[in-house]
Amino acid sequence: MTAIPFVSVVEPPRVRETYLNATHTLRSWLLTRDHKRIGILYALTITFMFAIAAGGAALVRINLLTPTGILDEPSMYNKAFTVHGVLMVWWFLVPSIPTTFGNFLIPLMIGARDLAFPRLNLASWYLFVISAVLILAVLFFGGLDTGWTFYTPYSSLFSNTHVTLAVTAIFINGFSSIFTGLNFIVSIHKMRAPGMTWFRLPLFCWALYATSLIFVLATPVLAITLVLIGIEHLLRIGIFDPVLGGDPVLFQHLFWFYSHPVVYIQILPTFGVASEVVTCFARKRPFGYAAIAFSSLAIALIGFLVWAHHMFDAGISPYSGLVFSILSFAVAVPTAIKIFSWTATLYKGSVALETPMLYILGFMGLFTMGGLTGVMLATLGLDMHMHDTYFVVAHFHYVMVGGGVMGYLAAVHFWWPKITGKLYSEFWGKISAAIIFIGFNLTFFPQYVAGYLGMPRRYHSYPPEFQVYNVLSTAGASILAVGYILPLIYLLWSLKFGEDSGPNPWHALGLEWTTPSPPPTENFEETPVVSAPPYAYDLQSPTAAAVT
Amino acid sequence: MAWRVDLLFFFELAVSAFFVMLIAGLVVYFSIKYRRRSDDEIPPYTPPNPMIEAMYFIVPFLIMLVMFFWGGYVYVRAKQPPANAMQINVIGKQWMWKVQHPEGPREINALHIPIGRPIKLEMTSQDVIHDFGIPAFRIKQDVLPGYYSTEWFVATTPGEYHIFCDQYCGDLHSKMIGTVVAMEPAAYQAWLAGTIPNEPPAVSGARLFQSYGCACHGQRAPTLAGLYMSKVKLDDGREVIADDDYLRESIVEPAAKLVAGYGPIMPTFRGQLTEEQIFDLIEYIKSLGAAMNNAIPGASPAGPQTQPAGPVNGYRPDLLPDQPPARQPPDYTPQGARPQREQ
Repeated sequence: MTAIPFVSVVEPPRVRETYLNATHTLRSWLLTRDHKRIGILYALTITFMFAIAAGGAALVRINLLTPTGILDEPSMYNKAFTVHGVLMVWWFLVPSIPTTFGNFLIPLMIGARDLAFPRLNLASWYLFVISAVLILAVLFFGGLDTGWTFYTPYSSLFSNTHVTLAVTAIFINGFSSIFTGLNFIVSIHKMRAPGMTWFRLPLFCWALYATSLIFVLATPVLAITLVLIGIEHLLRIGIFDPVLGGDPVLFQHLFWFYSHPVVYIQILPTFGVASEVVTCFARKRPFGYAAIAFSSLAIALIGFLVWAHHMFDAGISPYSGLVFSILSFAVAVPTAIKIFSWTATLYKGSVALETPMLYILGFMGLFTMGGLTGVMLATLGLDMHMHDTYFVVAHFHYVMVGGGVMGYLAAVHFWWPKITGKLYSEFWGKISAAIIFIGFNLTFFPQYVAGYLGMPRRYHSYPPEFQVYNVLSTAGASILAVGYILPLIYLLWSLKFGEDSGPNPWHALGLEWTTPSPPPTENFEETPVVSAPPYAYDLQSPTAAAVT
Repeated sequence: MAWRVDLLFFFELAVSAFFVMLIAGLVVYFSIKYRRRSDDEIPPYTPPNPMIEAMYFIVPFLIMLVMFFWGGYVYVRAKQPPANAMQINVIGKQWMWKVQHPEGPREINALHIPIGRPIKLEMTSQDVIHDFGIPAFRIKQDVLPGYYSTEWFVATTPGEYHIFCDQYCGDLHSKMIGTVVAMEPAAYQAWLAGTIPNEPPAVSGARLFQSYGCACHGQRAPTLAGLYMSKVKLDDGREVIADDDYLRESIVEPAAKLVAGYGPIMPTFRGQLTEEQIFDLIEYIKSLGAAMNNAIPGASPAGPQTQPAGPVNGYRPDLLPDQPPARQPPDYTPQGARPQREQ
């Protein structure tokens, strides 16, 4: 037997290096400056926070099963809806698509190696985690009962819960948003690949550009307002409390100057996702690229001028009420343009109802209802009846869950193959999309009716005539919960058992689909050069589309 | 009232239903008609259509203009109480509504009113922000600490209706509810007569006026006779109408709006008077007659009076303290240069 050198005959399959397997230590994740890994870190964090916030919603819905309230203490209920609102807004909806898909996709979509400021990006995640720890500490120490709106003087002088700590957490959270927004704006301006002109930019990038403008311009106002609450709370200097010579309505002006634009932070990224998904699954150029792009900017800008429509009944003058009413109608017009444009994009397309498309079509239906009921609330004569009732609760859940969460789930299903390189089960994907759509409508549609009949929001107990709507709503919420848990299972399952997706399972256009899945750490082997208009599906040869 | 809101609501509901059906119908129709038949299908390019894009903008815009004007009309109307409205004072506090009728009766978490008559609520809060909402009348209004806010309505059908606090105000927010009892006018009078006799607010106010030593008014301070709803010239040159808000501010923050020619000598009563007592004092000032100037809404054609012209809710005028007209303003010259007034 002659000596055989120790060389295996069959070469082991070479594992391509990706951003996921380039390094394996925990340290390499916690100190990463790779925008893709930071996106993953954010995704894990906000999923965790979503779960806790959903727990708050579960308590709320269980309590409202009976008119007297199932929770013994009304204060328990008040803390439950506050936790739900605060966590959902600042630790899920606001960061949701920007910090995960924005971080992951913007460099890929514009053909860059990373965002402009990778260290700032990591810092923003750390601030986010610190703020999350602080707000969880508020829960641990006994909670918060001001509602997510922190109206003064209740929050500053009357609430015995942990207002100062909560306000600090939101303050820090705001800086995380500002860092992310700055990073996106600079990256989109300065890091685009050769040939990627503004009008070749994917509409997702336009939407996130508009979102980032709001992050950078509105969040400082929130920070200032929160500092003022802290000053009044700690030093008893009269700013918002009339007993000390302050003005309680001033707080509402400052708060909504931030918090109304924040509604658009929660919805504009979904508009971006919808534009990507609809064009891909209809294989059409968007009907009115410029209209969609500029309507995002218009929404971001007009969105700054409508804040007092939350205050029509707060004692503002009827004339300023008229001004804010017409401006609120004005912001609805660009939104209507988008919905019409996506619908028209389907016309003479090649429509495939894959899971991401189902989520987006569901979003279009729910968001249309949310938007139209928003128009009703912008109507002064109706708002003075429906303000602060369940009609408002239903309206903003249709917009934020029907818009924000549906968009997030669509994005998860659309880019999952790109992020993980794996395919999930289409069958279960479609089932869960259908369950969420049905559960959502059953949860929130009855609230429109209860609201018009007068049921006020934030009520621990209620007159018995409203019970039927609340029972329906709670039943719907349990269906909705199943719809949220299913994707968690089949997506995690796909990580281990899913088929390899290849670089472009949907035959989508866009630079992110030209690189392997999952992408290598440096995104592209060489800097891509863009020479075609965006979404030019019609310029593809039929055979090119068939190649996986 | 309610029917105006409902009509507008059903109009907008119909428009909304139409657009939801339109979008849903088109999405379903396109999804079936243009469904992907083979995996390598490439649909042809559809050139942009500026006409259709313009319609996207114009159609919603025009419809919304209709909604805006209609809604604005209903709202502005609902914010202007008619001159003959009966005023009832309401104080919100954690967690109850205190109601004070001009005839004297006070009630908690209940509001008895006659039907067919405009009722105007003058409301304030003792602590945090509340909201007085009556869904059956399609009306609500935030009730703020430190300010007066108003809402008005006419009940048309006798019955009991919910009062809800609609602005989250702490632990027992959901217990801050009450009942409007709308009654036939005769039944209302019977109810008034059957309540525990209570001093009318104007009389309580007169008593407070004396016990708190407000007798400077008419001497070294401006007279209060005929003050209500009159134009007051301030020392910084502005002119304001002496409405409820002005009177309240002048009690709790006397230096904020100084009447021209008078010094800041009045002490603040912030914290010394409850909101109910301030309401009582204002009712007393109102009982001294409203302004002579008929151009001002709510002014009394009788002009300023030193005493109430007739019995105040059954109390003889001579039982109420006298309010002599102002003498010449005292020789008060502040340190700074103040333009010399014409005497």
